[in-house]
Amino acid sequence: MFSDYSASELGSIFAMQGFSGLSLFCVFLLMALGLAIIFGQMQVINMAHGEFLTIGAYTTYLLSVVTEKYIPGFMNYYFFLAIIVAFFIAFIVGYLVELGMVRHLYKRPLDTLLATWGLSLIMQQIFRSAFGAREVSPTLPDWLLGSYQLTDIIEIPINGMLVVSVTFILTVAVFYMLNKSRAGLRIRATTQNRVMSGAAGINTKKVDRYTFAFGCGIAGIAGAVFTTIASTGPTSGSLYIVDTFLVVVFGGAASLLGTIASAFSIAQAQSIMEFFLSGSMAKVLTLLTVIIILMIKPEGLFSIKVRK
Amino acid sequence: MSVALNRMLGNKTDIIGLIVILIFLGVLLPLVLDIFRLNLVGKYLTYAFVAMSLVLCWGYGGILSLGQGIFFGLGGYCMAMFLKLEASDPETTAIQSTPGIPDFMDWNQLTELPWFWVPFDSFTFALVAVLVVPTVFAYIIGAAMFKRRVSGVYFAIITQAIAAILTILIIGQQGLIGGVNGITDLRTLHGWDIRDDSAKYILYYINLFLLAVCVLIGRYILNGKVGKLLLALKDKEDRVRFSGYDVANFKIFIFCVAAAFSAIGGAMFTLQVGFMSPSFVGIVPSIEMVIFAAVGGRMSLIGAIYGTLLVNYGKTLFSESFPELWLFLMGALFIGVVMAFPNGLAGIYNSLVEKYKLKMNRVDSASAVTEQST
Repeated sequence: MFSDYSASELGSIFAMQGFSGLSLFCVFLLMALGLAIIFGQMQVINMAHGEFLTIGAYTTYLLSVVTEKYIPGFMNYYFFLAIIVAFFIAFIVGYLVELGMVRHLYKRPLDTLLATWGLSLIMQQIFRSAFGAREVSPTLPDWLLGSYQLTDIIEIPINGMLVVSVTFILTVAVFYMLNKSRAGLRIRATTQNRVMSGAAGINTKKVDRYTFAFGCGIAGIAGAVFTTIASTGPTSGSLYIVDTFLVVVFGGAASLLGTIASAFSIAQAQSIMEFFLSGSMAKVLTLLTVIIILMIKPEGLFSIKVRK
Repeated sequence: MSVALNRMLGNKTDIIGLIVILIFLGVLLPLVLDIFRLNLVGKYLTYAFVAMSLVLCWGYGGILSLGQGIFFGLGGYCMAMFLKLEASDPETTAIQSTPGIPDFMDWNQLTELPWFWVPFDSFTFALVAVLVVPTVFAYIIGAAMFKRRVSGVYFAIITQAIAAILTILIIGQQGLIGGVNGITDLRTLHGWDIRDDSAKYILYYINLFLLAVCVLIGRYILNGKVGKLLLALKDKEDRVRFSGYDVANFKIFIFCVAAAFSAIGGAMFTLQVGFMSPSFVGIVPSIEMVIFAAVGGRMSLIGAIYGTLLVNYGKTLFSESFPELWLFLMGALFIGVVMAFPNGLAGIYNSLVEKYKLKMNRVDSASAVTEQST
């Protein structure tokens, strides 16, 4: 399939598809970061994770509408506020969900899957009743529109660059939080040995609650950022949930590095194959490859070695 | 022989349970409902096969498959392919540019029947395929996963991904298997019109008969050694393995049986409803089928049938009049069943029976005491 193209054409194809793969990579990674914390650290399968992303997206939309109507002068900067507000709203909802539902189900991981699926149905219907079934997009600040011309054929949209940079900053922040901060230390301790951490004076229930809420908050940020590249509808979060779970599982549940590697390889494989095959076949091939690799390495790419 | 029969029928309550549901579905409903509604019940009952298959592999084996729709769909498609070939003989499809092939192939400029369609010309082959194709597929998935000790959550996610892959494949192959519309406009089975009322009655009873057979087979498995081992490995898989059993084989076995049950449901669905489409294969229907089993009680075969009927009746009732309300209810059902009634309707029923027995015992002993004193 490569023979029809010259070497330089192939180069640009890979560069362009690589860049669109990069934005897919960011989508996967932003969703998977929160999911990897919740699933990897707590073994809770949160099928409503996509809806927390939608919460972030709708928050951004609401803020843009309010800003445009009442304080138009603030239009250029509201987006940064939106990211922060989206985080906190998703955080609070996540906190409440943990308090009301998830904490009763820690011993039954498969049941968290069903219960959170029910939650996601309810949340989708709430979105539909509140915002309508139509997809909405916030009015973006002027500086986000347009693109940066790299060479004659390669141009890079600015919103794409924003998504990439937010993903980068957030990933570094999560890494720092988990590996260097006190809160991260508590989270890791609780995951590795719950009883021992409790005995050492860590309030493990509180740690669980904040870990879950934090993972949801990250999904909220992801949602805010996605409004720059796609419109938001009641079901837009659930579109990615299965892919994201595969990303997390493929990378090795408890390893953030693995999550990044798997998000990157899945996104790039899919995006580059999409150019040569149809979109659906590219997706089928990518998912199949992932499943076959998972059969060979059930623990994922980067697994922490533990005796069981 | 009688040992096998005993195992199939179970204890006295099990026998009564089976008789009650057979009378309810086989006598009461046909008397009360018109043929349109009865056909609807028949459609629900085809999902009950899947719910029962989930009782086997999820309730007893601890294997949550979020891709039972795969097997339902495969069974349904095998049946639909036979019916479609019969419906597209050269005379009825004479207006097509290539007569004798299914209409959707003609619309997609196919001039020849694809190779995998050819054997479906034979009814015997189609019937065998309904059972064999999904079972073999389940064997491949099961063997690949359980031998590598993929289990629990990981298994659920991977089956979900496989369901997604299959849906994408079917939708992508518009010309070969009808794409997103599915295989529609199925008319006759061996010249017998499956769309008129008498055929619908007969199909309803065939469906009910197969359902009863599946209940008996399910009980035969669960009341035997395999059933006990399944329960044991659900609780402490390692311990069963250390006792010398090859755990993977038991899991593969029950997963294959579950696939075969689901496939029968799919084939009966195609016959009664008259079409098959990818919307019964994917993730969402697969998860809905899990909730049927959960509502009925994940440890009870009969409960799964009641659960399926109840949830689907609710769905029809509410989505006719209040479509928004239905999604809220469905979500609440998921959460409520998991959190408050992990054993579903069957669990509630059992605890009621226990309470009643306790009360009866107390009354008995109390009256015995009074008799003694007088």
